[in-house]
Amino acid sequence: MDTIDKIDEAKLLKKGAEASLLLADWHGRRVIIKVRIPKMYRPPALDERIRSYRTVHEPQLMHEAKTAGVPTPLIYMVNVPDASIIMEYIEGQQVKQILNKASKVDRHDLCIRIGKSVGQLHNHGLIHGDLTTSNMILTPEGKLFFVDFGLGEKNEELEAQGVDLHLMKRALQSTHYLFWEKCFKDVLCGYSSVVGIEVAEKVYEKIREIERRGRYVEERKK
Amino acid sequence: MKKTGKDNSGNYCLGIESSADDFGVGIATFNGEILANKSDSYIPIEGGIHPREAARHHAEVADKVLHEALVKAGVKPRELSVIAFSQGPGLGPSLRTGATVARALASYLGIPLVGINHSVAHIEIGKLKTGAQDPVTLYVSGGNTMVTAFESGRYRVFGETLDIALGNCLDVFAREAGLKHRKGLPLGAAIEQLASKGEKLVMLPYVVKGMDLSLSGLLTSATTAWQKGSYRLEDLCYSLQEHAFSMVTEITERALAHAEKKEVLLTGGVAANKRLQSMLAIITQEHNAEFSVVPLEFATDNGAMIAWTGVLAFRHGLVTPVDESFVKLRWRVDKVDVRWIQ
Repeated sequence: MDTIDKIDEAKLLKKGAEASLLLADWHGRRVIIKVRIPKMYRPPALDERIRSYRTVHEPQLMHEAKTAGVPTPLIYMVNVPDASIIMEYIEGQQVKQILNKASKVDRHDLCIRIGKSVGQLHNHGLIHGDLTTSNMILTPEGKLFFVDFGLGEKNEELEAQGVDLHLMKRALQSTHYLFWEKCFKDVLCGYSSVVGIEVAEKVYEKIREIERRGRYVEERKK
Repeated sequence: MKKTGKDNSGNYCLGIESSADDFGVGIATFNGEILANKSDSYIPIEGGIHPREAARHHAEVADKVLHEALVKAGVKPRELSVIAFSQGPGLGPSLRTGATVARALASYLGIPLVGINHSVAHIEIGKLKTGAQDPVTLYVSGGNTMVTAFESGRYRVFGETLDIALGNCLDVFAREAGLKHRKGLPLGAAIEQLASKGEKLVMLPYVVKGMDLSLSGLLTSATTAWQKGSYRLEDLCYSLQEHAFSMVTEITERALAHAEKKEVLLTGGVAANKRLQSMLAIITQEHNAEFSVVPLEFATDNGAMIAWTGVLAFRHGLVTPVDESFVKLRWRVDKVDVRWIQ
């Protein structure tokens, strides 16, 4: 079995909070090695449970996302004891970086596409779990990839879909605060074109309900 | 809030905090010295905070606490330049009591009134007391659980609880397990003591969603496990803490990586917990950032934080006319324009 230390010249691409991303050559392919390093702050038993759960579930969800018509990197290898995944390297730019620079029209189109992809995932009972613009990559050919399914799950419930979109809204608010409202409106527009207006309405209502549950929200019911 | 446009020449700001169970009065000088920080807490005989009872408590102790603060600071009421008060978020009856005291004082003394956002005040006093400049702040208390960082004009919420607050989760579990709130030993501290004797980790739900988290399932599971009677209370307290703190630590780390800041500030009543402090110290070190914990006196709800934030706001020309001084029960931290940070 190939393990991480057998791969030469792996370059640390990003040290995220949850995992490190290494760029490497592996059997003649450019790959990303995603390693969930042990977190010293958590008790070992809990840490192991979380890391192996996410390592096993992420590739499964990525595979299913493809069947739903949402591009995700190919999975080459999963190593549970190391909590590492070797996957295809996707050339492209993070939507996070594009969105702030894009023209109004491009931004509109991109947000509609994001919404459509989320709709496709939900139609197939998939929840991404961390819909931030850092987790979406636009390739030079114009394909929109979704990555980082580590917090995702298989779930067909309205509740899960509502939370998924609520998190998308929150991510837009904190990262693209100048035009998040328009972006989120476009996302919902794309979303409803895929799931259908009837379902979309139910999900919107759910989002409002989820927000009202928050502690200090103006719309909260007494 | 309206701009006054006029420069101030005063020296002292008196701040009133009354958003939940504490009635606090603080006095700050305009250059950031805290001259007094007095408070009196309402302790429920049974159960959680009863809003009306808390408000009645605040009204009863208001003049006593005000007097203590003025004496401690050695400041006469006539020497005050501005009155600041906690305008929200919080419990309506409690907030209204503090606001009424503040309005009465300001109009009697003929000085301006300034309404302060409670969460902003926690961050500002934390920065003042620890020297942190531009931190990712984890604010964890009985009513709040949020990770914020300053980004173009406001404290943005990077992560927060989707349901109950961390302190609330610990308190409710403690009460379910029959622990009583005593003076000098809040329920959270009782849990911490028991947890330190825990040995066995009971697996409970761990729910992180994006940068947000959910604690209600964890609370239900821990409570059910206790009621079944198959675990020692020490082990359950330990497991509850380990799960809940790991979750807030994970979202703080995510926010730290995302916002690309170099400091982490821990505040709110739960900041007193040593285990939580040690977890955050680990991630801060891993990201080459500085970690600071707000001293307990200024981490729990207090008047000094309102007084100091009142100074910051007033110095930047913000005052609250009496007819706009109604309390805002759900005033989110990210709705406040923070004009004093460039």
